[in-house]
Amino acid sequence: MLSDKDRIFTNLYGFRGADLASAKKRGNWDGTKKILELGPEAIVDIMKKSGLRGRGGAGFPTGLKWSFMPKEVKERPHYLVVNADESEPGTCKDRDILRHDPHTLIEGCLVASFAMRAHVAYIYVRGEFIREREALQRAVDEAYAAKLIGKNNIHGWDFDLYVHHGAGAYICGEETALLESLEGKKGQPRLKPPFPANMGLYGCPTTVNNVESIAVAPTILRRGAEWFAGIGRPNNTGTKVFCISGHVNKPCNVEEAMGIPLKELIEKHAGGVRGGWDNLLAIIPGGASVPLIPKSVCDDVLMDFDSLKAAQTGLGTAAVIVMDKSTDVVKAIQRLSYFYKHESCGQCTPCREGTGWMWRVMSRMQQGNAKIEEIDLLYEVTKQVEGHTICALGDAAAWPIQGLIRHFRPEMERRIAEYRAAAKAAE
Amino acid sequence: MSVRRLHENQPESFAFSEANLARVNDCIAKYPPGRQRSAVISALWIGQEQEGWVTKPMIEEIGRLLDMPYIRVLEVATFYTMFQLSPVGKHNVQVCTTTPCWLRGSDEIVKACKKHIHDKPHTPSADGMFSWEEMECLGACVNAPMMLIDKDPYEDLTGEKTGEIIEAIRRGEQPKTGPQNGRHSSEPEGGPTTLTTVEEKV
Repeated sequence: MLSDKDRIFTNLYGFRGADLASAKKRGNWDGTKKILELGPEAIVDIMKKSGLRGRGGAGFPTGLKWSFMPKEVKERPHYLVVNADESEPGTCKDRDILRHDPHTLIEGCLVASFAMRAHVAYIYVRGEFIREREALQRAVDEAYAAKLIGKNNIHGWDFDLYVHHGAGAYICGEETALLESLEGKKGQPRLKPPFPANMGLYGCPTTVNNVESIAVAPTILRRGAEWFAGIGRPNNTGTKVFCISGHVNKPCNVEEAMGIPLKELIEKHAGGVRGGWDNLLAIIPGGASVPLIPKSVCDDVLMDFDSLKAAQTGLGTAAVIVMDKSTDVVKAIQRLSYFYKHESCGQCTPCREGTGWMWRVMSRMQQGNAKIEEIDLLYEVTKQVEGHTICALGDAAAWPIQGLIRHFRPEMERRIAEYRAAAKAAE
Repeated sequence: MSVRRLHENQPESFAFSEANLARVNDCIAKYPPGRQRSAVISALWIGQEQEGWVTKPMIEEIGRLLDMPYIRVLEVATFYTMFQLSPVGKHNVQVCTTTPCWLRGSDEIVKACKKHIHDKPHTPSADGMFSWEEMECLGACVNAPMMLIDKDPYEDLTGEKTGEIIEAIRRGEQPKTGPQNGRHSSEPEGGPTTLTTVEEKV
């Protein structure tokens, strides 16, 4: 188990102050100037060596992403944009960083912006996080007042940080939709290329990072790439905030080492599955977008990118949604299908039409009011949506259904048979 | 996608109060010169706070302020689902019903809203004090089920507790926000399993 001295978010639960003085006591803003003195190349290099992979879901190496930014600032300014549009069902880790440990994020913004030669950063906070945005703004104001950021700050790198507010659109968590939204438009994803590092916010070089990815950076730079890389497993390094929700005795957020066994994570921190481990039906291990895994897989799977990929699912945002044997698993996935139908931005036909179609069929499947062949048809349609849209929302809508069919097809067939038998008896 | 249209009955006019106009201008100042339309979401939020919902004259006024065509503001107002396009109660109750909350009993919360507010969502209660709606994941999944009333989250709810909170607000009281089962925030109930030995500098 990870020890407290290796935890980055030492105020995850808000038992201590979120203010600047308290944050400094916990080691934030310690020697930030020394970090900047390393220079942009060395900072990016340390980030690469740490093995940090983006914490927003896709797991792209953060240091590598930073290195895509132009090495020289020409006529177009550079921007850092932090994605705090945390909306993936099951995920509530960034919320705790914003409200309880905001200075980890603000310091990270300064360091990352310096490494990418940006003088301005925006943090895009989802619309529903009103109190969280206020908490973050208070911390930003404190950092300005203490001259930690702003023009002529004590770190010698002019840096402005602004908090931007969304208004309830899941799709704005997609990085190019987020940039559109930040420009004052509907949040509809852009075609790539050009990638944001070339043409991002206002057509300027931009990097979009998740809150957690940015907030862990200062500690990595203070303690060294080797320290971070020494936690977890190769290619899956470091610590991670896990969100454990659903049918566990004690749902919680917790920062643990990457690669912790799923069973250990749940039993050690979340008080175990309701009714005991044997009462487990299935788990969605990485937020609503990833396929569920049945108990037999949960027994020994490790919580990291590569292990979960090998189990035909994904780490995503590390949001563990637990379902015990009392769960109507078809309804659980049908509700997610409704979510994707509601949140599709409407730009690409396979997603706009497909999410509605999949939800309607899933609603019939939930009752059993379908034909057995329709299970194959549904699977086929998910395959037609997947990979045929501008952004990954289409994939995200398809995967949970694919996971359901892969692991719970007998349950779907049983329902159909039952519904038909009942209909026949009624005749 | 959700199809959203402007309400059929619209007021005659809209103007930001002096204080709110200053807030809108503060928002515009966050963005580079010429990029004032980045402030459109903030302006709509401030307008909604002032009027309770987003009206057509408000959309027109924001278009003038930010130098945006009417259609560009309209499409933002209709795209983002937190903008209320019809009148709501004085307090709007937003209940999360996505899978993580549903697994932990959000059906009971919806039932309580129907009992204490109105049978139908998006409809003000008889006394005009409340309306309610179902929301997609509100991002407090380890504190499920939960709801947002105006700006405040109420977490770890039961149906009964939901009714008590609504009635307390109706009486003009401010109930305790956040978790309702005695825990502090997102730590495991009964006390954290980590962060018990954090060292702080003196």
